[in-house]
Amino acid sequence: MQTQSSLECKPGQSSADPAIAVKDVSFRYGTGQAGRPWTIERVSFYVAAGEVLGIVGPNGSGKSSLLKLLAGLLRPESGRIGLMGHASTDLSPIAVAKILAVVLQEQAQIFPFTVAETVLMGRFPHRQAGWWSLGGGADTARDLASAQRAMAETDVVSLADRPVSELSGGELQRVMIARALAQEPAILLLDEPTAFLDINHQLDICGLISRLRDERQLTVVLVSHDLNLASQYCDRVLMLKAGRLSHIGSPAETIRPDVLQTVYGCNVVVDAHPQTGKPRVTMPMSRP
Amino acid sequence: MPNGHVAPIASATGAMDGRDSVGQPAENEWSRSGAILTRRRRFLVLSGLLAASVVVTVLCSSFGAAALTGSDWLAALRELATPGHGDSAAAGTAGVILFQLRVPRVLMGFLVGGVLAAVGVTLQALLRNALADPYVLGVSSGAALGAAVAMLLGIGATSMLVPILPLWGFAGGLIALVLIYRMAQSHGRLPIHSLLLAGVILNAILTAVIMFITSIMEPARSAGLMAWLMGSLTAPGWTGLMGTALYVIVGITFLLYHAPVLNVLTQGEETARSLGIDTERTKKRLYALTALLTGAVVSVSGMIGFVGMVIPHAVRMAIGSDHRLLMPASVLVGGMFLVVSDTVARTAFAPAEIPVGVVTALAGGPFFLYLLLWRKDRMV
Repeated sequence: MQTQSSLECKPGQSSADPAIAVKDVSFRYGTGQAGRPWTIERVSFYVAAGEVLGIVGPNGSGKSSLLKLLAGLLRPESGRIGLMGHASTDLSPIAVAKILAVVLQEQAQIFPFTVAETVLMGRFPHRQAGWWSLGGGADTARDLASAQRAMAETDVVSLADRPVSELSGGELQRVMIARALAQEPAILLLDEPTAFLDINHQLDICGLISRLRDERQLTVVLVSHDLNLASQYCDRVLMLKAGRLSHIGSPAETIRPDVLQTVYGCNVVVDAHPQTGKPRVTMPMSRP
Repeated sequence: MPNGHVAPIASATGAMDGRDSVGQPAENEWSRSGAILTRRRRFLVLSGLLAASVVVTVLCSSFGAAALTGSDWLAALRELATPGHGDSAAAGTAGVILFQLRVPRVLMGFLVGGVLAAVGVTLQALLRNALADPYVLGVSSGAALGAAVAMLLGIGATSMLVPILPLWGFAGGLIALVLIYRMAQSHGRLPIHSLLLAGVILNAILTAVIMFITSIMEPARSAGLMAWLMGSLTAPGWTGLMGTALYVIVGITFLLYHAPVLNVLTQGEETARSLGIDTERTKKRLYALTALLTGAVVSVSGMIGFVGMVIPHAVRMAIGSDHRLLMPASVLVGGMFLVVSDTVARTAFAPAEIPVGVVTALAGGPFFLYLLLWRKDRMV
């Protein structure tokens, strides 16, 4: 696994291409008026294929915006984003959807679609039905197989005929990941995948992410508030501070008291996890 | 994970077993558990509803001031097929009642009900809100105002065989939709309560303007306008029916075509975009279609409420949320519902005829309240 914190990346068309290459990307909200503050400012990094990258940083540092830029949901004001060797601007929305899947936090389910139906929505970019089916084209064998595999991996097969509007938070999060996997993406983006989940479900989701990386060779980028999650489950950690890339590197290189002091502006205790030896963050006795 | 060296994914589901041929419909255990919509279920439900629609249409055409029997139908049909052959005057009378009065009215009712339900389904998916309804949101009022302005200006109903009034309704409905969207939106979301509140306010304003128009019209015309506003069906001429059918068939076809897109849109706008949908363009197109369809039916039937909210809801409870079935099924059920409501409206207090909008409001209003009060959790 690649863990060095080099920022070199050259978009090209070789097998050694990183899954995601971000070059000098800047972004700010709103249009027109000058002097708007940058949400993301001149950020460059790459994500290697099969790597799990965690994006962390204080509230309002631009984590979710960066994820949405990677997903193509926001358009950079300047700079380039490469996906699997293609410039993202050269790809149609459907082509992007076949490479990259996103699980966002907005996921309140209003309508009682069944779990299987919801997962099958991930097949939308692959839909084959022609206009003559008048919008009624059924799912293909390929769609069903893909959805079934995704549901087996996320352990939601037993929920197949349950309405999504009646699921618990942890179940719903797994269904959303299944929907993303049904897209058969090479890259999976997750926004706060463990937010609002109890520790049991947090473990579930984290285990799932590791498994997907190992079994599908999936490239995963996740945004999290949880530094320990990032330390335990990410190959590298990217730290944002006020829209700028502050640090990137292995957990050992980034989850350090001095780095956290720079990024978050507070002192924390970092020791070694008793089982993995990876950095573990805890709060000090009282704020100094 | 036991035996970490086993290649787990390929064998984990084993679902492919060589049937990888793309485009082939598939059956598996989900087909039977009802977890997914299958081609078979869609076919069965739709053909059942289609058959029911024919039965309802025929039955409701038979009810009325003069009840008609099967033999009257046969005689009238024979008369229609071979004019002049008819030997009895009764067959002629039955024919006039059926084919000049009742059948056009019943068919118009079916079109209007079907459209209101389809518009309701579409708005609910677009606004991600199970209480959305063209009447409650003020889209119908907007369309009615557009049509009323056209009537005030004395603009003809038809120009070169294309009905013009629906286009005025379309314009009014579209403006109302844009306004409601602007009013209710906050931080990119449309919370249910601000949506309903915006609808109430918009409805009040639009109704006031319509009342103003009614009051400056000469009494003879304003009475007709009032009856139309309350939501009523009359026997249209066959040309009028065909004109409305033109709008309805084109509009509904487009909506059906968007069923898979509507499914994905319910997952939220950003998720829909991440699945490859150009949401801005799609939403604009769908809003325009709903306004056009609303305009088309409001200009012939006035403001008939709650069909667009009640029918999609009931159909969803019965057959699930997948728009590939929900949309066509709602069209058929909405059509039947309005035909039955209209039959009640014209027969219950015969010879007096109550506006069908009163019947649908009396049936749908309480259902709306029930949803609002007791099933809040479902419609954040």
